[in-house]
Amino acid sequence: MGLRTPLYSEHERLGARLVPFGGWDMPLHYGSQIEEHHAVRRTAGLFDVSHMRPVDISGPGAQAFLRHLLANDVARLKTPGKALYSCMLNSSGGVVDDLIVYARAPERFRIVVNAGTADKDIAWMREQGAGFEAAIQPRHDLAMIAVQGPEARRRAAPWLPDNLRDSAMTLAPFFATEADDWFVGRTGYTGEDGFEIMLPADRAAALWRSLVDAGVQPCGLGARDTLRLEAGMNLYGQDMDETVGPLESGLAWTLAGEPAERDFIGRDALLRLRDAPERRDFVGLLLTGRGILRGHQKVLRDGEEIGEITSGGFSPTLERSIALARVAPGLDGICEVEIRGKPVSARVVKPPFVRHGQPCITLEDA
Amino acid sequence: MSNLPADLRYTKTHEWVKENGDGTLTIGITDHAQEALGDIVFVEVPENGRQVDADEACAVVESVKAASDIYSPLAGEIVEGNATLTDTPDAINTSPYEEGWIFRLVPSDMGALNGLLDAAAYQQVVEEED
Repeated sequence: MGLRTPLYSEHERLGARLVPFGGWDMPLHYGSQIEEHHAVRRTAGLFDVSHMRPVDISGPGAQAFLRHLLANDVARLKTPGKALYSCMLNSSGGVVDDLIVYARAPERFRIVVNAGTADKDIAWMREQGAGFEAAIQPRHDLAMIAVQGPEARRRAAPWLPDNLRDSAMTLAPFFATEADDWFVGRTGYTGEDGFEIMLPADRAAALWRSLVDAGVQPCGLGARDTLRLEAGMNLYGQDMDETVGPLESGLAWTLAGEPAERDFIGRDALLRLRDAPERRDFVGLLLTGRGILRGHQKVLRDGEEIGEITSGGFSPTLERSIALARVAPGLDGICEVEIRGKPVSARVVKPPFVRHGQPCITLEDA
Repeated sequence: MSNLPADLRYTKTHEWVKENGDGTLTIGITDHAQEALGDIVFVEVPENGRQVDADEACAVVESVKAASDIYSPLAGEIVEGNATLTDTPDAINTSPYEEGWIFRLVPSDMGALNGLLDAAAYQQVVEEED
């Protein structure tokens, strides 16, 4: 049996199919994964993401510590409440985890890391943080609920605390606001507008029920995965890991190379790989032949294997199969993917596939 | 509780088999199987005329989660694949025993049908899995 979030009994009550994920028992879906996916693209959906771990970093050395720990630069967070996506690298440039960091106040930050890697991440942070005046505090006392979709913020507003509602409703994208132990970020993992809400664990069930009763669709990990894939967002452990870094997983945009004197973990390894001829590309694929793209299928060019799919599946919005793939440099136009031993045609595209309910790629076969 | 018609035969690999009374069998997957797979988004049906052995993988059902092989319950010749599943693979979810049928087979030995599970025996298989 896995760990249970404070919303476990809500999932049972709603008839969720519960599956092990990152050490937790989590809802895969509540009936139809595709309907859940469409709800987020069209109206609003609700996710229990309490398995993810908030970690507070505070103290006079907090900013210096995070500028050393993370490949993106928290010095870019000039306003309290601003958020930043970053990789946390090892010294060989591989990814320990990807995360979101929120600036809360000078000397106070909050990081949110993945469930399956949380213990490893915190051990790594403590190891790296030894020389800095910064406290590292995992927040096991908080639950986290994501409300995502074009109607998400409006639907969530009535259930936010009175002292937070106005500031939450006026947040710019990728900003957060907080009061007492409630923390609301206009962030997400779906390619839609919405909130991620951290709150005391004992308040989570009441918020969840209010949103469900208000007609917001509960969504499981299945829809979360197809939504993030359509949005072209990476999944740690599939698209990148400790052996494959950001330059080969489409995350170069998250690396802050300037200022050059900032000495962050993994910097030297990234500089070595940056101009290396063997550096692989990270691309999107749209299947034009029949079948479904899946992780680990081989990508072929002229019959020769040149890479592999890292995440693949069926896109409910496009009603086509899509994938992210790591391939030899210079792949363009069309290629083939080996599905059950047979080559099937695919087109190379630039992710994202879908944002804000709309396709970002053309579906006509080239 | 999933739907389990008493007049069908079943396999341990979750196919159902219907005797049509004209020397052919119709094969699909059970209500339990479609529920376990989740939303079905792609089906590859076998070609007409293909000779298959018993327990040979001859069709593929892909859900949002994963691909699953579908096995021929008996040896014989495929005489029809359900072409409507190309456009409506989710018929397997909504109607596993009717519109969601996958292929028809002329078995080389119709008598072998008696070697398949009846509804009660299949129910046992499902319960042991859970």
